[in-house]
Amino acid sequence: MRSDPADHELIAPGKLQTVVQLLAEEPGKWLPIAGGTDIMVQYAAGKLPARKLVSIWNLPELRTIEISPDEITIGAGCTYTQLREHDLIASEFPMLASAARWTGGIANQNRGTLGGNIVNASPAADSLPALLAYEAELILVSTRGERRVPYLGFHTDYKKMNLAPDELIRAAALQRKFSGYLHYARKVGARSAQAISKVSIAALGRLRGYQGLDAVGDMIDEVRVAVGSVAPIPLRLAEVERIVTGKSIDPELVESARNAAAAAIQPIDDIRSTARYRAAVTGNLVAEFLQQLRDYGKTI
Amino acid sequence: MTVPSGRQGKCEFTFTVNGRRETVRAYPMERLLDVLRHELNLNGTKEGCGEGECGSCSVLMNGELANSCLIPALQASGAEITTIEGLAGESQLSVLQSAFLECGGAQCGICTPGMILSARHLLNKNANPTTDEIREALSGNLCRCTGYAQIVEAVAQAARHRSAE
Repeated sequence: MRSDPADHELIAPGKLQTVVQLLAEEPGKWLPIAGGTDIMVQYAAGKLPARKLVSIWNLPELRTIEISPDEITIGAGCTYTQLREHDLIASEFPMLASAARWTGGIANQNRGTLGGNIVNASPAADSLPALLAYEAELILVSTRGERRVPYLGFHTDYKKMNLAPDELIRAAALQRKFSGYLHYARKVGARSAQAISKVSIAALGRLRGYQGLDAVGDMIDEVRVAVGSVAPIPLRLAEVERIVTGKSIDPELVESARNAAAAAIQPIDDIRSTARYRAAVTGNLVAEFLQQLRDYGKTI
Repeated sequence: MTVPSGRQGKCEFTFTVNGRRETVRAYPMERLLDVLRHELNLNGTKEGCGEGECGSCSVLMNGELANSCLIPALQASGAEITTIEGLAGESQLSVLQSAFLECGGAQCGICTPGMILSARHLLNKNANPTTDEIREALSGNLCRCTGYAQIVEAVAQAARHRSAE
């Protein structure tokens, strides 16, 4: 049954500082709401437990994208539209731009935010594998100050995260160190827009001798592989990374990587797909990444 | 700072709808979709799924396409809203509306207002879209009658007519 708007309080203090004070005064009582693309859906279904909501939509402090020589800091209130239209994100962090383009349709991209995608903590969230692969750090704010934590480890279990009841995600910071890498991202779903992914991947890779005059071989220097929708939280496939690093990309290595990926994930059967399909596709995506990385080496 | 807990009464909100300033009394969590339909009698904005999947309730808020079923009234306070009723002139349909009629892009009509607002949003940003760009722009709007070919053609025709004007 639909929720009664009279049962829910919503205020819009208009300032980040005031929102953070509110969270500190009554920790866990206030639910921040940005573009509402998840919260309003729960609300419409009569499944929103929170009775007190505080709007953080359009807070200027959360909508900025700052660029320094080493880093880009993306405000948690930035919309997917902002992410996909930003030149530097498109050129240096293309997997994040792709994830933004794959999320919902245009209307939801205009309202859905990066911070919302993180705290909603869906295992299928489009932006999270990209944040894992780029080793993003989150900047969390409260009246106690700010702290910076790696995104890896922020989500601990299904819908569980290392965020105190008085904290808010202010921004995600990404280091600008991925030129010369292959950026490989794919979403597998029923249709491009609006469909939630069955499996998604964001992977970065670089071959040895990618700089300088050395002949570029097919020996892997470094990879980072992250997958979504195949476990209670998005996963970095550390074992896959370990076994391929320093190796030449041949069919045998691709097969081992496939097996390591299958061993690391915990896919389930649900309305969108089956565990078997997800496991097979995860292996295929890891294989396709390695094949593209080998071909990428030939083009440098 | 103390904030009262519990139920919150209706509040007054002012925003601009189709160029007219409107003040309504609504609960802050009331959906913009319901405010438009019930308080302002603007019934052109349709409810399809009510969960942001189908695009039938699309409006422009400060020029940006959004699903009005997912917007709490409070967040629309002070905004400029355009609904389907805001597109036609006194006695003449907009180029987009005419193109939908001419191309057979409307059948039962439930998705049509949202389709047209998504198309409007696209053409405001990109006067000469490719077919792929039109398809992407309308990808959040679901039609269960016609299929999409005539709808995409209608948007392409409107773009041609607008650029010829």
